[in-house]
Amino acid sequence: MAKIIVVTSGKGGVGKTTSTAALGAALAQRNEKTVVVDFDVGLRNLDLVMGAERRVVYDLVNVIQGDAKLPQALIRDKRLETLYLLPASQTRDKDNLTAEGVKRVMDELKKSFDWIICDSPAGIERGATLAMRHADIAVVVTNPEVSSVRDSDRIIGLLDAKTARAERGERVEKHLLLTRYDANRAERGDMLKVDDVLEILSIPLLGIIPESMDVLRASNLGAPVTLADSRSAPALAYLDAARRLAGETVPISIPGERRGLFGKIFGRRAA
Amino acid sequence: MNNVLTDTRPIRLKGRSFLALVLTPELPFDGWLARLDDLAARSAGFFLRRPIVLDVGGLDIDRSQLKELIGELANRSVRVMGVDGARSSLLGVDIPPALTGGREASDFEAPAAETTGDAGHGKTEASVHHPEPQPVRAMPSIIISQPVRSGQSIVFPEGDVTIVGSVASGAEIVAGGSIHVYGTLRGRALAGSVGNSSARIFCSKLEAELLAIDGLYKTADDLEPQLRGQAVQLWLEGDAIVAKTLN
Repeated sequence: MAKIIVVTSGKGGVGKTTSTAALGAALAQRNEKTVVVDFDVGLRNLDLVMGAERRVVYDLVNVIQGDAKLPQALIRDKRLETLYLLPASQTRDKDNLTAEGVKRVMDELKKSFDWIICDSPAGIERGATLAMRHADIAVVVTNPEVSSVRDSDRIIGLLDAKTARAERGERVEKHLLLTRYDANRAERGDMLKVDDVLEILSIPLLGIIPESMDVLRASNLGAPVTLADSRSAPALAYLDAARRLAGETVPISIPGERRGLFGKIFGRRAA
Repeated sequence: MNNVLTDTRPIRLKGRSFLALVLTPELPFDGWLARLDDLAARSAGFFLRRPIVLDVGGLDIDRSQLKELIGELANRSVRVMGVDGARSSLLGVDIPPALTGGREASDFEAPAAETTGDAGHGKTEASVHHPEPQPVRAMPSIIISQPVRSGQSIVFPEGDVTIVGSVASGAEIVAGGSIHVYGTLRGRALAGSVGNSSARIFCSKLEAELLAIDGLYKTADDLEPQLRGQAVQLWLEGDAIVAKTLN
């Protein structure tokens, strides 16, 4: 049974696209057929992070408007044969997304994929509401700072009100993915702590992704961080998060920094 | 010219709801006015001292017809305080102001027909229910058993609101009665919004952005800092909001 996941946040720049790519690749590595769908029409980025920007011919808007068939627009990943990308259009805007068109695409994707991961644009307007519209599961990406937390809270409210599931009287399963987390800075009080964020948002925690240079490096390489360096701290955190999404019970840990024990003690004392 | 404000007391702005009697005229107005006269004849002063609202929604009339109707009603000592459902072309300075957002209440009891069983009055009374006076009811309340998220607004002018969960920053609770939050209150809480000075606000952890009881406001900056993060109740003493920790 296909599951539709929306990766959303309200606020921009918190790591939705990075997380979509990383989770998509991690699920595909489990040999489950996965497609990542870019809903950020006009400001597409997922094709870059997936390293497929030179292979885009048709896009989501073409399929919605009937100019192309879905299989023509799907791009298969060169590294993983279970991973596909449905890119957004860069030359259009979000008004080209229609509720019926999005539903038709989602229904068609459900026939051939195990996981459909929708990368939501920032904001709470048309693009974001259509991206979450048919979701079974929502991954709410949040940075440990107050404005991101408040925007996430707003999005959670919309997930409970504006989705197809909510209108049928069912619930969208919601998970918190805390990104760009820096344990040392949280300890110093520069950042919200994990417990503070959980207390405010009161939804279950899917994972904690540490702030890391590896994420930026992977983006610039055009590879999901889980494929670029699967031994790096953020990759391990995303792989664990994907296992939790798939229903496995994996204890949550804040992935250790690269420093040794001495560095940790020293870091704490310096702080 | 500069006016120097010597009295710096804030202007108090309050919401208050009144029960208005809504008349729904029907075309032709002659026949409808005759039926109204019949109703008034059975009970002198039925319309006296009652706020009357005219519902003209769905009526195909122009402005002069509406003005004429209001004049006819005035001749019968029925003073119209507002017009509901009117197109903007019907409105003007010589027409009572437009009203919107009304909510249905129970129907008014029309004066009963003579007990001789005159069947001719049946039509006038077709829409009248509740023959016996309404018993006094307990104050209604609602319970919200999930967190109130940023951007959400719970408005319940009828009575108390109880939240089992937190109220997020940027969320808003407006209650006619008291507000109870079993969680952290980070957003806005406006109790006693329809003029109830005995309403209170209770929360298990106070981080509120704004608190109001019966139109009197207190922002987060006006709160004593030692109350932050505490279980607190707030009530009104005269014209001041008083806050005290619970337990």
